[in-house]
Amino acid sequence: MSALRRALARVRSFFSKPPLDADLEAEIAAHIDLAVEENIQRGLTPLEARSQALVRFGAVDTAKLQQREARGIVKLDILLQDLRYTLRSLSHDRGFTLVAILILGLGIGANVAVFSVVNTLLLRPLPFPNSQQLVWIAPPPSKCGLSCATYSTDAYDEFRSGTRSFQDVTGYFAFSSADNLSLRIGNGAPIPATSIDVVANFFQLLGVQPAMGRTFTADDARNGAAPVAILSDSWWRRQFNADPNIVGKAFDMNGQQTTVIGVLSQSFDFGAVFAPGTKVDAITPLNLYGPARDYGNIITLIGRLKPGVSLAQAVGDSAAVAPSMCWNNKRPSSCGDYKDSVVPVPLKDYVSGKLRRSLIVLWSAVGGILLIACVNLSNLLLARAAARIKEFAMRSALGASRTRIVAQLLTESLILSGAGALCGLALAVVLVAWLRHQGAIALPLLSTLRIDGTALCWTVLIAIFAAVFFGIVPGLRMASGNLQEALKDCSAGSGQGRRHERLRSILVVTEVALACVLLVGAGLLLRSFLKVLDVDLGFQPQRAAAIKVDYDDDAPTREASIQKRTAIFQQVLARISSIPGIQAAGISDYLPLGHNRAWGTPFPKGVKRPEKTPGSPLVYVVTPGYLRAMGTGIRGRDFTWDDGPRSTNVVMIDKAFAAYLAKYANWPNGEAVGQMLDTGGDGSRIVGIVDDVHEETTEGETGWQIYYPATQNGPNGAQLVIRTTLPPATLATSVLTALRELNPSQTAAEFRPIQNLVDHANSSRQFFMMLVASFAGLGLLLAAIGIYGVISYSVTQRTQEIGIRMALGASRSNVVGRVLYKTLRLAVIGITAGAIASLLVSRAIAALLFNTAPDDPITLAAVVLLIGAVALFAGYIPARRASRVNPMVALRNN
Amino acid sequence: MGESKLDLLQGTLDLMVLQTLAAIGTQHGYGIARRIEQASGDEVLLNQGTIYASLVRLQQRGWIDAEWGTSDNNRKAKFYSITRSGRKQLEKDAAHWQRLADVMGRVLSMSPEGNLP
Repeated sequence: MSALRRALARVRSFFSKPPLDADLEAEIAAHIDLAVEENIQRGLTPLEARSQALVRFGAVDTAKLQQREARGIVKLDILLQDLRYTLRSLSHDRGFTLVAILILGLGIGANVAVFSVVNTLLLRPLPFPNSQQLVWIAPPPSKCGLSCATYSTDAYDEFRSGTRSFQDVTGYFAFSSADNLSLRIGNGAPIPATSIDVVANFFQLLGVQPAMGRTFTADDARNGAAPVAILSDSWWRRQFNADPNIVGKAFDMNGQQTTVIGVLSQSFDFGAVFAPGTKVDAITPLNLYGPARDYGNIITLIGRLKPGVSLAQAVGDSAAVAPSMCWNNKRPSSCGDYKDSVVPVPLKDYVSGKLRRSLIVLWSAVGGILLIACVNLSNLLLARAAARIKEFAMRSALGASRTRIVAQLLTESLILSGAGALCGLALAVVLVAWLRHQGAIALPLLSTLRIDGTALCWTVLIAIFAAVFFGIVPGLRMASGNLQEALKDCSAGSGQGRRHERLRSILVVTEVALACVLLVGAGLLLRSFLKVLDVDLGFQPQRAAAIKVDYDDDAPTREASIQKRTAIFQQVLARISSIPGIQAAGISDYLPLGHNRAWGTPFPKGVKRPEKTPGSPLVYVVTPGYLRAMGTGIRGRDFTWDDGPRSTNVVMIDKAFAAYLAKYANWPNGEAVGQMLDTGGDGSRIVGIVDDVHEETTEGETGWQIYYPATQNGPNGAQLVIRTTLPPATLATSVLTALRELNPSQTAAEFRPIQNLVDHANSSRQFFMMLVASFAGLGLLLAAIGIYGVISYSVTQRTQEIGIRMALGASRSNVVGRVLYKTLRLAVIGITAGAIASLLVSRAIAALLFNTAPDDPITLAAVVLLIGAVALFAGYIPARRASRVNPMVALRNN
Repeated sequence: MGESKLDLLQGTLDLMVLQTLAAIGTQHGYGIARRIEQASGDEVLLNQGTIYASLVRLQQRGWIDAEWGTSDNNRKAKFYSITRSGRKQLEKDAAHWQRLADVMGRVLSMSPEGNLP
């Protein structure tokens, strides 16, 4: 109790020093006066009385110090003293302070921003309650795209009722395309939006609560249920002006009065988790038992494990149920289709697992930057220390202990890194806010990016690390110096100065080596990126664009529907082709690098199919002219408008699929054109062989494709693709106007250059490449500053020597040459060390490279040349200054 | 300054101050220091200045109170007085010291044969 009281009193007195000191002063004065008085009464002379009183009192300062120690917190006093002193000395050296804080701010800022990304994508759990229970259920990766990663209604039902490890299983319709929803308010033009159909229990399973209203119930997804929708937070704000009374209102969506039953909270963004880089405006219930029942594989599966059930148990459970799952219960032959194709993986792995390696590389790169920044600061501090060596020698001669001096230097580092951390944090906030709004980058969870408590802790941690790291070398150096030598050492070229310089040179070499490693990494990633851009995609994205076309082909019979659709498509294409500047136009239901689907693997008629095929070709239902508009080559012939419902069915397949089939079929000369494929019914004649198209990724292997004519099959929507002679964007309005003329209810759908699809597919690679490259650039800049600092310092130190040389006849170019030689020597040592290190490091990032060897000589050579050039430039500035030294002035001036 | 003066043990000064204040009531720093010197028969080596660290310690613990006042001969000085919790503490500490002194006395009076008296 009394101890606590005392502690509080001590803290209190720490903050009220001046009055307490004055009080003590007065008390001591009174003490002496009382003593003097008593001594005089005892008969001493006033002088004797006073000296006697002082002797009995003892040392006044010691008494004061003891009292202060007893009353306050002395350690803190010393710290404050150090702090004040540091602030004063730093404010004298403003240039140094600014540079130091800037360097640290860049290093720490980059680190905190990247840490936030890593934290969001890798470390933090997904933004759902008990998210570790969530699993993504899909087959191992295969060739047939989304169709093989999805399940049919019957399969879903069997899985849901057959397994025991799951609390529940949900899913969503995987084949929604962008702008699939057309909203009409009043008589205005239809507004395009994107919606996703989810199984009714989707939100309950994820544990997502709406911000307003309710989520779906099973009734919303029944046959004949009234149409309902849940809006995303951003669409609600953007399109409905954040109407607080929106729940219960009905709007015309896709021609149906649809009631808004809820608005999602800002924290749940469907696209951020399940479809990175896309925006989802509305969520609608998926009626599994309506027409969807016969669509085949359409839903993805997401499960929530029961508490205590391990992933391995769930995997076993799923594998046991898989053989009894049927593609369609009415077709017993389809039962067992899903054998080995139902594997739960943690949802988190599905969402961000692929990025793990890239993120770790990014994290290391940014760590490298911090290291370089620290080394650079160490270097700056050493230079400063060299200038202050006498000050410290003096302080130590006056009795300052070594710990006190090191503590003083560490205080300085801590203040610098604290200020640097604040700057860095501000920088990180800006970076993170910018990243959060990069909706086009196909990275998951980007919209949930923020600087949280963990990131703040991280900031503090690295700030302290930085302080200790860059403060310790100069600190120890300073404290270990020989006093006498330090006091004497004022002339250039003496022992201490030279040792200092050697240490600084080592630091600079380290910096150059680190920058070299970063640059090689960035160079390899850049080269990979260029290689990816160079990939022959099988289509020409330049000068092509796509827009979604709305059409209505409802008709009582299939044939009537085909005729109606054919007429519409023909009309559209004729009208669009007449627009000046349009070279070619065609329609497909899906575009490469977007959604896709498969309809199984058709084999040539009469050929026995192997038990297992490596995948299925992706299906595109297209009009004549589509492939020409995409810039994809055809051998044989394209579809024509005469390939109608009554003529022979025709298909086109890609080269790789044709080559695969040729292995089984006994085709003359292996020629596929003209052969029949068993696509059901009478089969289809292959009329053309098409270039392989990168339909899923730009850098992966191409799969197989099969093209069906829209005049014989039902497409799933229509994407009009045009090829132009002008930049595609200039035609956006005329194309939309033309479509509107033909169909007044055509939505103002987005006019998307095909290049955007490619860019989107490359965006995450580009994102990482850009970040690593900017870090490498930063590293190079810091290394250049380091070189400049050291050479410049050594030139200053040697002004006299240079003066003597020049007086003895050395030419200017001679002086410049000597300085540059010194620079080059540092650079060469650094580059050599860096090149060796980068050979080791690049092995670690080999998996991230595309068609680029980890020891790619071109990259290495380019990096070596770049660093060499930058180093020479950094050395040339002081070299030039050295050559301008006036020998007379230099010799006189000491 | 005889060589026979006692160096004060840590903590003993605080106890002496408490006892002094308990015995003579309100007193200023100089008075307390003088009383301790007198009571110890000038046996204690006391730099009078050291008393102020002890006083502030006791005050922070709430065992003594302090107030500026005027002395008999009209001088301003800070007067200290013992508080109730100070008296309790004094009782405890004095008992403790008594026991320690007893034990020390008995141990030191051990005869060479090792028998206790």
